[in-house]
Amino acid sequence: MDHLLSVAAAVAAVLQALLYAAAAPLLVGWIRKVKARLQNRRGPSVLQPYRDLRKLLGKEVRVAHTASPLFRAAPYVVFAATWLAAATVPLFAVDLPTTAVADLIVLVGLLALARFFLALAGMDVGTAFGGMGASREMLVSALAEPAMLMAVFTLAMTAHSTNLAGVIDFQLTSDFALRPSFLFALAGLVLVALAETGRIPVDNPATHLELTMIHEAMLLEYSGRHLALMEWAAQIKLVLYGALIANIFFPWGIAQSLAPSALGIAIAVIVAKLMLLGAALAVGETLLAKMRLFRAPAFLNLALLLALLGLLSHVILEVGA
Amino acid sequence: MNMSAALSLVALSVVLALASSAASLAAVRMPMVVRLLAMPLFALAGLSALAGGLIALLLGDVVTATLPLGLPWLPWRVRLDALSGFFLALIGVVSFAVGVYGPAYVRGLEKGRDSLVALGGFSGLFLTGMLAVVLANDAFLFMVAWELMSLASYFLVAFQHDNAANRRAAFLYLLMAHVGGLAILLGYGVLASFGDGFAFDAMRAASLPPAWGSVAFVLAFVGFGMKAGLVPLHAWLPEAHPVAPSHISALMSGVMLKVAVYGFVRFVFDLVGEVQWQWGVAVLAVGSLSALFGVLAAMMQRDLKRLLAYSSVENLGIIFIGLGLALLFLGTGYPLPGVLALIAALYHALNHALFKGLLFLGAGAILHSSHEHDLEHMGGLLRRMPWTGFLFLVGCLSISSLPPFNGFVSEWLTFQAALQTWQLDSGVLRSLIPIVAAVLALTGALVAATFVKVYGVAFLGQARSRHVRRARPVPHGMRAGQGILAALCLALGIMPVWVIGAINAIPEQLLGAGLPHSAAEGWLSLNLVAANGASYNAPLMAVLLGLFVALAFWALRRGAVRRVRRCDAWDCGFAPPNTRMQYTATAFAQPIRRVFGHLFLVEETLVPRDDGSHRHQLTIGDRSWGLLYVPVTRWVESASRRVIRLQSGNVRVYLGWTLATLLVLLWIIS
Repeated sequence: MDHLLSVAAAVAAVLQALLYAAAAPLLVGWIRKVKARLQNRRGPSVLQPYRDLRKLLGKEVRVAHTASPLFRAAPYVVFAATWLAAATVPLFAVDLPTTAVADLIVLVGLLALARFFLALAGMDVGTAFGGMGASREMLVSALAEPAMLMAVFTLAMTAHSTNLAGVIDFQLTSDFALRPSFLFALAGLVLVALAETGRIPVDNPATHLELTMIHEAMLLEYSGRHLALMEWAAQIKLVLYGALIANIFFPWGIAQSLAPSALGIAIAVIVAKLMLLGAALAVGETLLAKMRLFRAPAFLNLALLLALLGLLSHVILEVGA
Repeated sequence: MNMSAALSLVALSVVLALASSAASLAAVRMPMVVRLLAMPLFALAGLSALAGGLIALLLGDVVTATLPLGLPWLPWRVRLDALSGFFLALIGVVSFAVGVYGPAYVRGLEKGRDSLVALGGFSGLFLTGMLAVVLANDAFLFMVAWELMSLASYFLVAFQHDNAANRRAAFLYLLMAHVGGLAILLGYGVLASFGDGFAFDAMRAASLPPAWGSVAFVLAFVGFGMKAGLVPLHAWLPEAHPVAPSHISALMSGVMLKVAVYGFVRFVFDLVGEVQWQWGVAVLAVGSLSALFGVLAAMMQRDLKRLLAYSSVENLGIIFIGLGLALLFLGTGYPLPGVLALIAALYHALNHALFKGLLFLGAGAILHSSHEHDLEHMGGLLRRMPWTGFLFLVGCLSISSLPPFNGFVSEWLTFQAALQTWQLDSGVLRSLIPIVAAVLALTGALVAATFVKVYGVAFLGQARSRHVRRARPVPHGMRAGQGILAALCLALGIMPVWVIGAINAIPEQLLGAGLPHSAAEGWLSLNLVAANGASYNAPLMAVLLGLFVALAFWALRRGAVRRVRRCDAWDCGFAPPNTRMQYTATAFAQPIRRVFGHLFLVEETLVPRDDGSHRHQLTIGDRSWGLLYVPVTRWVESASRRVIRLQSGNVRVYLGWTLATLLVLLWIIS
């Protein structure tokens, strides 16, 4: 029985990983659709990102003369690291074996690995734009990563576990209480998510050929399947952050067993949550304008401060009480 | 295998190191002796120390011996336990890689004017000194070995003494090493006066009043901290480490700084006795400051070896954050998190030895084949030196603490130790540690940025100078030396459970408490402190990562269009990029300089040139000079000016002083 359960859990884990990869373009399509509607446009179909990926995968790859082997290896590493990071975040079920492989700190580490290769790839061809994008990306991440870690540490310290399943279990089993630390951590994590996934107000995902671009500047020299992998990885990262926020702070509805009915409900719930978050992001991006690059440190310091406040309010107010 | 065999192996290693030193004397006539005899002996000494140290660590036992050397009433005592075994293994492994790497590197120096006798001879003595420090079981031998290590490394720093800057760096190093040595000596003096004797056993048995314990701690922290390059006593480190030959830089940054960590751990965790939590706060504060300052300073550098030296300041900061957490937890009566933090610190010490050794050897390889140490002149080296480029990438990934490499494991452990804060009773301490954790997280992210800069500017893009364009791959020996360290970086990242199991012998021996054996649960998965608390299954994660890469690669290779066509870079369709249009190291650091620049003395000036154009000049100064060193120098100078009045040149006045001193002394002792 135990054996059967673990097989079922492993199958669920693989399914979850596949679902992340499969659903990622859909979320991006949904956000674009909502955004277009808010701007009184009809917008492309929600399936457009899939068509873009298919188109890119079928195209010839062009690589600059000056590119090194790292340029061609980087898309695979970026994609694999991001996808693996996503696979460790519970999407529709807790207690899957993948959460035991990697905890929250490993999750941050895997995203850092992907970013490291992305930035290196940006610098590889030796163009000015690539170096500029890499430099800015590392500035943003240098400020965002500590904020992210502080936010997840707030949760980890509350649950006495850096394991994501542990944190979610703690949320589900403990009595509902409005913890100030969680509110701070949530606010911090939302700001970090905006910065890390390259959304407005830190970066604009809808632009090429703009001197302020960050993420796109690093991808300028990519084409064909390499570009497809990079884009896909960025889409998976967006779902990852969505699932992280949705499932850590509002875990209700996630399947705690592997019964088909529970799984079905869980998938419906997470789809609803992600749609809601995506719509909120679209509204935010419509209302806000992109910041100047040197305003971004203030934005990210706010995120760090909020996350640190969350941690401090936890250790001061909640531990002793 | 037993402990006496381990001790014999270590003794053999000391003998081999001395033999390597002696063999170099023949280099007066035949420079090739260093490459053909001294460096292989050096490698063997390293291997032997590694073997002896590993056996001692794995057996987890203690063996002591008394040497027929020293003073008649004060023989030299040696002791091999788990802690010294660990550090012997650390010294041994890097020395072995350096010994493998060295011959080819030294060959490049044979044509130069600098004396290879000094290089080979002092390298052997340097290794001897480090081995003896770790083995010493009394303060006398410890200090003799410590001075041997400092002096030998002074001569190695001064190796290329034609350059005035090198002489200045070496003198600064000598001065600071002796101020530090003095503090350590006084620290041992405090322990010896309560412990009745210079033997460590006597010091261990003695019980100090808390006030004197704190005095001894402060002296040891200053002394060992100076050697470890902690802020604000770090100023010598970025001057001295880069100017030594690269394989010696690897030893100095990778290993000698760890000997200072050894000294600190031995002194504070073993000899002083009862630890106090206030010490932990001091160590945490200094460690955090060093970590953050070190990485920011590294980010600003454009000289590769200097950058690596600043990054050593940062890594030693992280090690001391771990040690500070350990002291804090142990001092407040929580042995388990304390042990965890100590293991994290020791693990990071080992990791830093490996990847910093690797990176310095890589910098040496670049220097060897292109004679370039300025990042702004490098570029495109990955295609010219593929092996060095690949191995250097492993070093960059490890130092940036990215999974699945070793740096990540020690960072993970340090964070896990910091997350045990909730156990503490005091609210002030509970809120202190999260701030330290934030500093650590910020440091980690900035390290990644720094090494993206290093790798991107040096190895990617296009060559920025003629020397670099003509760089050739380095000889096999040099690649092998880097390869050993790179392989270990990966192995220690994938097999953390075994390493932690081995290191666990140290706290068990020193503190009488170790991690529970359930820490390594199931299939090589780390599971610390509590069930379901935190888990990291490094081997499985590495396999999954490889599998995902392979899967993506395989799936896409099967597509209809497989061709890859080479073309010019697009760069948004502007003019075709040339090498001068690439982002430079200084440009890369500009945003971070703008955000954190006020911590440094940044001076940007425009220097007019003859043809009417301007040259942009950027200097970045270290504020610690103005804040600490210049005032101290001024004070010493004014004090000397006052003392100089005694020196009238008149014999009668001198005799008067002597008489007065005698009278005062007689009055004191009567």
